Amino acid sequence: MKGKKKTIALVIYFGLLFLPIYWMINMSLRTNADILASFALFPIDLTFANYIKIFTDASWYSGYINSMIYVSINTLISLATALPAAYAFSRYQFMGDKHLFFWLLTNRMAPAAVFALPFFQLYSALHLIDTHIAVALAHCLFNIPLAVWILEGFMSGIPREIDETAFIDGYSFPRFFITIFIPLIRAGVGVTAFFCFMFSWVELLLARTLTVTDAKPIVATMTRTISATGLDYGLLAAAGVLTIVPGALVIWFVRNYMAKGFALGRV
Amino acid sequence: MDKWENNKAWFLVMPVCAFVAFSAIIPLMTVVNYSVQDIIGPGAHVFVGTDWFNKVLHDYRLHDALWRQFLFSGLVLLIEMPLGILIALAMPKRGWGVPFSLVTLALPLLIPWNTIGTIWFIFTRPDIGLFGSAINSLGVAFDHTRRPLDAWATLVLMEAWHWTPLVALLAYAGLRAIPEVYYQAAKIDGASPWATFYYIQLPKMRGVLTIALLLRFMDSFLIYAEPFVLTGGGPGNATTFLSIYVVKLALGQFDLGPAAAISLIYFLIVLLLSFIFYQVLQRVGKGEKA
Repeated sequence: MKGKKKTIALVIYFGLLFLPIYWMINMSLRTNADILASFALFPIDLTFANYIKIFTDASWYSGYINSMIYVSINTLISLATALPAAYAFSRYQFMGDKHLFFWLLTNRMAPAAVFALPFFQLYSALHLIDTHIAVALAHCLFNIPLAVWILEGFMSGIPREIDETAFIDGYSFPRFFITIFIPLIRAGVGVTAFFCFMFSWVELLLARTLTVTDAKPIVATMTRTISATGLDYGLLAAAGVLTIVPGALVIWFVRNYMAKGFALGRV
Repeated sequence: MDKWENNKAWFLVMPVCAFVAFSAIIPLMTVVNYSVQDIIGPGAHVFVGTDWFNKVLHDYRLHDALWRQFLFSGLVLLIEMPLGILIALAMPKRGWGVPFSLVTLALPLLIPWNTIGTIWFIFTRPDIGLFGSAINSLGVAFDHTRRPLDAWATLVLMEAWHWTPLVALLAYAGLRAIPEVYYQAAKIDGASPWATFYYIQLPKMRGVLTIALLLRFMDSFLIYAEPFVLTGGGPGNATTFLSIYVVKLALGQFDLGPAAAISLIYFLIVLLLSFIFYQVLQRVGKGEKA
């Protein structure tokens, strides 16, 4: 009885959640003039012109490729550096640990607008402007702290007896960490990977500041739909629908990590 | 729960510090530099000390914008945190419903923020939008471009739509990480669902809920792109949050000095509040465990 009520509530929530997405899909299949002229629950004059433009115009589709490159680099760096660090924060006491832990998160707390110019100057001085690595590095500023905090939360939930038993059994630290410990927190690793991907994917200000053409991300390309004649809502909506796809694939791949619990005592 | 004392743990933390410090320190110090100088042109700047800070602290428009920001973040947190936890509790644990729920929750998070503002602008328009026309046909006059209350409702609704999935995903992953033995123990003790939630699930989710709350506080307090596109801070100044005000000052008038000063004050407010949240949540968690 109770389980059924839960499911019904969930289905209603998902229905509401889907409405704005449906409207975006609806808009993406109509021309701009049609969107602005009248209300239509379904696209009447169905057109794929917006999608065709994105898939045939290099300045559009290269944006998706550029974004995917630097987002992947960023996610890998964030996870690779944050995993050992989060372990240190959850298990050890060392000089300045609490301050350092909180300092990491403070890097997400500043309003970004005024920081655009200093970022441009810093990366120009290093001759990194308009490269994928520049954006990937800049996004580490907010993604690494996020990854450390989320992973630390999951690691602290694992009893320390597991570590102790493994060390007594003669496991070296790297072997214990990779073969025993990481599998235990895979729900955390999955959700962290997805959030790193997501925050880097939608970040606009730094990505736009640090790129010109060669590494221009899709989020920056999408701001181009604002022109002197107004906004091309249809094109923007089509680009919006397509920006969802890579991230949805990421969460599809990490779904098993996120959903499967674990049984204690398998060490 | 004393941790092992070992300063060699620094080696595990070094890479993280190097990567973050690389992008953190120089830009922050540059902004501190701006905030104490009057920049007249390239290479021409005068040291003005705390003048900008004095000036912006006495700016009543800034105070109004700050209170709006507080109100907005407060509303958003009150809606998103409980709703996110409820969704996570209701989500299926196995079967095809799991990937379906996860992917559905991820959808709003993956759309660039300014695009979300634009889509919601059309979606809530009373003449051509699904939401706007549906509400109007129910007999409720609704127009977010003219009525401040409607603009606020639209923004809060959009923010809840956009970010509740983040809380839900974190809470769900946190729930799934609770070992089955805890539930078995609760079942043997004959614990009610509420007791199971309060004594097992909630304490075990403390870590992820702390980060979820801090993230939601920071990001809603710094929200810019969505309200800028959706309402532009209007009608009037009704939805001019602090973030919008700062950018207007920084880009609109090319006034780097005062904008940097406000940004630093803004940063310190977020820092202070996050620190308080963090300390309180840590205490609460410890208290429950004892």
